[in-house]
Amino acid sequence: MVSITEKTMRVIFISCGLAIIIFLAGILYILLSNSMPGLIELGLGPFFAADRWNPGAYGEPSYSLLNMIYGTLMVTLGALIFAVPIGVAAAAYLAEIASPWEREFFKPIVEVLAGVPSVVLGFFGLVVLAPLIARAFNLNSGLTAFNGAILVGVMALPTIITLAEDAITAVPKEYRHASLALGGTRWQTIWKITIPAAFSGITASAMLGMGRAIGETMTVLMVTGNMVARPESFLDSVRTLSAGIAIDIGDVVFNSTHFHALFVAGLLLFLITFLVNLLADILIQRKPEVNK
Amino acid sequence: MKTAVLKKGFLIEKKKSEWRSHELIGFWALRLTLFLVLFILGVIVFDIVSKGAEVINWEFLTQPPRLGMTEGGIFPAIVGTFYVTLITIAFAVPLGVGAAIYLNEYAVQGKFTRLVRMSVRNLAGVPSIVFGLFGMAVFVKLFNFGPSLIAAGFTLGLLTLPVTVTASEEALRTVPRAYREGSFALGATRWQVVRTVVLPRAIPGILTGTILGLARAAGETAPILATGAAFFLPHLPDSVRSQFMALPYHLFIMSTQHHAISQVRPIAYGTALVLLILVCLLNLSAVLLRKRYRNRVAKGL
Repeated sequence: MVSITEKTMRVIFISCGLAIIIFLAGILYILLSNSMPGLIELGLGPFFAADRWNPGAYGEPSYSLLNMIYGTLMVTLGALIFAVPIGVAAAAYLAEIASPWEREFFKPIVEVLAGVPSVVLGFFGLVVLAPLIARAFNLNSGLTAFNGAILVGVMALPTIITLAEDAITAVPKEYRHASLALGGTRWQTIWKITIPAAFSGITASAMLGMGRAIGETMTVLMVTGNMVARPESFLDSVRTLSAGIAIDIGDVVFNSTHFHALFVAGLLLFLITFLVNLLADILIQRKPEVNK
Repeated sequence: MKTAVLKKGFLIEKKKSEWRSHELIGFWALRLTLFLVLFILGVIVFDIVSKGAEVINWEFLTQPPRLGMTEGGIFPAIVGTFYVTLITIAFAVPLGVGAAIYLNEYAVQGKFTRLVRMSVRNLAGVPSIVFGLFGMAVFVKLFNFGPSLIAAGFTLGLLTLPVTVTASEEALRTVPRAYREGSFALGATRWQVVRTVVLPRAIPGILTGTILGLARAAGETAPILATGAAFFLPHLPDSVRSQFMALPYHLFIMSTQHHAISQVRPIAYGTALVLLILVCLLNLSAVLLRKRYRNRVAKGL
């Protein structure tokens, strides 16, 4: 009797573990199987042609993702330029300099920022940041790549701070002691020893922040204006891949070419974030060690 | 000779103090980045609280929208978010805790567990809109649930699964090994050990993870865009197959899709504040819970 329960429970728990793998594989499978008809019908070319995303065009619809890829790149890059230096500096402070009460004070703040829903951040960008940007740069509308980059940077900040702090804390204290014993100041120790030693972990934190930035949907959907034209600068309106899917997902006709094209965009997004996260994962495993 | 030494000593000292002032400036520069984070959060919260608070009252929380959503409250959106998170829990918690128990209590650590853990981490990195596509293709179409509470709940469940697994595993890991060994030595089977010794001690930690996952799910919009969230419904959902209104989706609609956007801006602010309060309360309770049980673990109780 007992052994039957034991066996059943074991099978149940193994299935739960297996289910996770199946879900991830299932997502990839669903993306592939739903984008295949589109890829077979059109080939890979039209998705990357120098054209616009215009699936509703009468007669000659076009499905180019190119401008959306530019949009995603711009927002992501802009977000990282903003978030990585601030995030790493904040992490260095929290890990190396902050007194215990400062950590007690700042860490929950970082956590609260991480918890702000993306739609709320998007709303803030729409009603507060956009008018400010429009006035500062003398634009008709502040709904630009710049706006998206700032807010997505804000979204990525907690990820970068938390993980970079973990990476810096994980540097063995022997490294620091050696540096200080040789007469290095704390400042020198941080910049010449600790941060270089934690470099792979810090890079991983930036990559995971990048993964979040690439996939971020609601915020960019609300603050970048979503024009499908090719962006010329950060002060242009852009549409990202994620926002592009979100805009069309509501009223796309099931199993139409348009429907399959959305899955092509989804597949692309999935593959990019998967690669970025995988790389971050490999980097995280590379921790500085001490031979004792 | 003497002066030279003194001079040298003086020089060294001067250098040191120079470094110290450099250091002070540097430390303050780093500290400022955290003040910037605080400032950003402060501005966002202040704006939404100050403008949202004017709108929130009993009627706003308990009445449905009226007159083409230009008047009235957000009651159906609150109820919808509540229902959909219930389904999310029902989906994500048993699976997540089960997987964590497998990883920490049953599995021999090796290739397979590495693969499971890698899947958890990668699932956590999948963009939310991709979950939306998946939910639409699988739950809405393939399983034929249609746009519904259950389709959206399952989609959000998938999205929160990594949070639940990671937090539950962390909770299980805090249970001292000696407890398990003691029970095994008394002849208990693995399931008995898990059920009577490990799980009871890990419950607070698992609860923390569940609440964190919920906070994430309650604020997500992209996954429910095409899996069940509705623009406006005249009545509350009456089964798991009904469509529903949800707070984050309502905020999105009221700030970008409504026909009289500037007129309904106060309602959007109110919705944003309610959502923010909801998510913050969930996060806060998770943090407090975690603190309490970490203290207990630290004391070895």
